[in-house]
Amino acid sequence: MEFALSEEQRMLQDSVRRFLEQNAPLDKVRLAAGNTHTVQRSLWAGASELGIPGMLIPEDFGGMGLGFLDAAIVYEMFGRHVAPLPFLGTAVMAPLALMLAGSEAQQEKWLPKIAAGEIVAGVAVTERIGIREGAGVKARKGTLTGKSLFVIDWAEADLYIVADSDHGLHLVLPDAKGLSRRALNTIDKTRSVGELVFDRVAAEPLRLSSADAVARVIDAGRVMLAADTLGAGQMMIEKAVAYAGERKQFGRVIGSFQAVKHLCAEMAAALEPSRSLVWYAAHALDEVPGDARLMACHAKSHLSEVGRFVARTATEVHGGMGFTDLLGLHYWFKRIGFDRQLLGGPELVRLEAAHLQGWAA
Amino acid sequence: MDLAYGPKYEAFREEVRAFLTKYKSQAPKGLGAAGRPSPEACSWQQLLIQYGYAARTIPKDYGGYGAKPDILESRIIAEEFSAARVPSALQNQGISMLVPTLLELGTEEQKKKWVKPTLRGEVVWCQGYSEPGSGSDLASLQTRATVDGDDFVINGQKIWTSTAHEADMIFCLVRTEPDKPKHEGISYLIFSMKTPGIEVRPLTTMTGHAEFNEVFFTDVRVPKTQIVGQRGQGWFVANATLKHERGMLGDPAAMETRFQALVDLMREETVDGQRAIDNPIFRDRLVRLQAELAAMKFNGLRLLTSASKGEDSGLARLIVKLQSCELTHQISALAIDVMGEFGVLYDDSPYLRSHGSWQWGYMFQLGLIIGGGTAQIQKNIISERGLGMPREPKLAK
Repeated sequence: MEFALSEEQRMLQDSVRRFLEQNAPLDKVRLAAGNTHTVQRSLWAGASELGIPGMLIPEDFGGMGLGFLDAAIVYEMFGRHVAPLPFLGTAVMAPLALMLAGSEAQQEKWLPKIAAGEIVAGVAVTERIGIREGAGVKARKGTLTGKSLFVIDWAEADLYIVADSDHGLHLVLPDAKGLSRRALNTIDKTRSVGELVFDRVAAEPLRLSSADAVARVIDAGRVMLAADTLGAGQMMIEKAVAYAGERKQFGRVIGSFQAVKHLCAEMAAALEPSRSLVWYAAHALDEVPGDARLMACHAKSHLSEVGRFVARTATEVHGGMGFTDLLGLHYWFKRIGFDRQLLGGPELVRLEAAHLQGWAA
Repeated sequence: MDLAYGPKYEAFREEVRAFLTKYKSQAPKGLGAAGRPSPEACSWQQLLIQYGYAARTIPKDYGGYGAKPDILESRIIAEEFSAARVPSALQNQGISMLVPTLLELGTEEQKKKWVKPTLRGEVVWCQGYSEPGSGSDLASLQTRATVDGDDFVINGQKIWTSTAHEADMIFCLVRTEPDKPKHEGISYLIFSMKTPGIEVRPLTTMTGHAEFNEVFFTDVRVPKTQIVGQRGQGWFVANATLKHERGMLGDPAAMETRFQALVDLMREETVDGQRAIDNPIFRDRLVRLQAELAAMKFNGLRLLTSASKGEDSGLARLIVKLQSCELTHQISALAIDVMGEFGVLYDDSPYLRSHGSWQWGYMFQLGLIIGGGTAQIQKNIISERGLGMPREPKLAK
């Protein structure tokens, strides 16, 4: 019995943390945030040297063949450093879709490129969770028609994985005829999402697509978002504690006032057990299939709630400074806010969790 | 991450199961919470000690089983007894608090005299710590013990003394050095509850039941030999005991049982013919609690792993009392809301659900949020020890 990260996992996490500390400090994040819909190529190349884009991809295709827990603790570090990189779609959801549903030829064609960090792969699955604005994609005779919103890793994607309304998954190239694209600007300037509109766009189906494959891609995405919020929330707590230890009012550091200390304690008390939930949900994706979907729902919804509490509370501990752009604390606040809504907000996700257990009429 | 126990521990699990199969029929219906165990419960406890399923790591010389401490074995025993719905080892303040303290700091004579009968359920203890004027600031306690010949003479009052009305003995903090700083003037005494001058009065709480007592001491004479540790060292002796108390709280398995009962309740209760579990708002609250429960359960596994390696898990441990008590309270709160007007039925009312246990629990669990270190004290501990934030400037000595 060992409910803990392994030595290798801790080393992996440390190396990613060091890489981001050195290469993506806040001033770099600020620059990148001015160009949300541009991929930070040199930063992604650095991440590629660490093997990050291919971490889930089997070694036969040039990847590292690691598991979802490894990916989760890496994305936790991305959240910690509000890293402006296309990890969620490119390194997790797209390769997983190809691994679950792609033919050998499709895998051979795309997985090595992803693993090498040569391409960015966007993922369009939002309408499999909820349809707004009449969106949704219909597949007919090798073409796609309709639209998909909040496409993950939308900017400069070399490839899109698109879910249709009938459990199919498709490969679409960005220059395909009939495809139009619009950027969507959100509060989170560190990650790009956009809209894809399809008018009889030629698409290559992933032959082994199934409802289960689509759901597993979403499960994995949700666990990663939970991990991202975990890392971002942890950093916000650390920043709040550090600020409260320096800022003086009434002749004392504000961190010596119980009103402030208790806010910090409440944040830590909420976040610390969430870490174990994220670990287990990620572990279950690989090792406990019967638990995986429910735990992905729990991790996503619970970290959304804890994240919202931490994001606003840590900002309050910073007082007026937390509200300004000067400290940049808002990058974490917005990252957590974005994580909450993407791939299903907590109420929607809890409804799914209820359905999974036969609790909803 | 490896959630399997491995062959060595699975073999141990088989041993436990074999024991349960063979002896299950001898188990008493229940052990009662914290009061005096029934004769059947005592014989069951003695059988458990004999086979190493109670007092497992207490040395044989003192009436235990004498196994090497192994937290995973303890966990497997707990899991199997719970799965078989068989009462596990006796738990009371004597066993969980006094025994470890005596083993750590008692004299050889004290250990020989008290540990064995306490483990066997033959001697019941109560804890004399809190006073009306000393709750969170326990070290300010005022119950006085003055020396007269070979005795201490005790005067004062204790409160929140559960089981005092049934206890044979008390472990008690008293002020012996009134001129010393507050932490250095306390001594830890053990004495019989039948000593002349002790009066126990039941303390009725908001639940309508007397789960606690007040204990009054008037010229209570206790031989000087019945001190644990040195004079003036009682605060440090007590802290060894409090350390053991924290382990008693926040059992995820108990919360899981309450949660399952809540799910059952929500399947049964209907309003306008609709089951509570089909009401989207109640259902959302239920799933939200389930996620929090899952987080606490996995946090517990993480603590178990750290403990088995002898590592301190820091924050993950410090938050357990605060979070578990709150979550338990929220589970009861949802149960009451689901029942609506039926949720406030009490006593022996018609239409009462589950013997009124949800409403009793909702009130009693508020007591648990306050007792054993209030939520606010827990937040001080989390922020100061867990996050390294500055301590409150000390005003009073």
